[in-house]
Amino acid sequence: MFVTITHEPIDTSGLVRRVRSDADGAVILFTGVVRNHHDGRQVVALRYEAYEAMASDKLRAICASVAGAYEVTDLAVAHRIGELTIGDVSVAIAVSAPHRDAAYKASREVIERLKREVPIWKLERYADGEEAWVKGCIPEPG
Amino acid sequence: MAAGEAPGTGMRVKSLFFAIYRDILGRDELEIELPEGSNVGALIEAVRAHGAADKLPGHVVVAVNQDYASLETVLVDGDEVAFIPPIAGG
Repeated sequence: MFVTITHEPIDTSGLVRRVRSDADGAVILFTGVVRNHHDGRQVVALRYEAYEAMASDKLRAICASVAGAYEVTDLAVAHRIGELTIGDVSVAIAVSAPHRDAAYKASREVIERLKREVPIWKLERYADGEEAWVKGCIPEPG
Repeated sequence: MAAGEAPGTGMRVKSLFFAIYRDILGRDELEIELPEGSNVGALIEAVRAHGAADKLPGHVVVAVNQDYASLETVLVDGDEVAFIPPIAGG
């Protein structure tokens, strides 16, 4: 299992290499990517911020929980923080499993729980020069 | 309690503020002294007395030493209490 909160661009193929083994018939790579619009406004850039120590702990706990719930071989998750521009990968989740069904389900559960539990925030910068913290969701203890 | 400290003295708790809460307060941390045995709810009320902190929402989520905690959670000297605005990772 591998979890990182990083200021550096995410090496997605490195994540895939970390999780794949010869016993795996499926590797799912999910990437969350910075898009150029939100709620009808044109977004030009984002800044992500994390409570880094807690975010890492929470992500590790989520991965351990998901690994226990599905027939997966390994998981690797990276979340980028700092300044990102359109098209940058903000989060990547790699899951390996003998069979695809478990890999898909585990990947989906990690991203959904990340969004509900992990203390990370997003400041959007708009084309008109304004900026605002994205209205997030009230965190749910995992 | 450290040796030599009188019983019944206060305790110091560090609060951390992130994202929009940091913007509201204009600072990213605050050390507050509280009576021993105080809980999270008491800390939040003490924080609200500082500067613009009265503009924090009525309900705030906190984590004590990096775990989500309730208003009833009792604090001890040296605890780190993070005020967690609604999250938006991913």
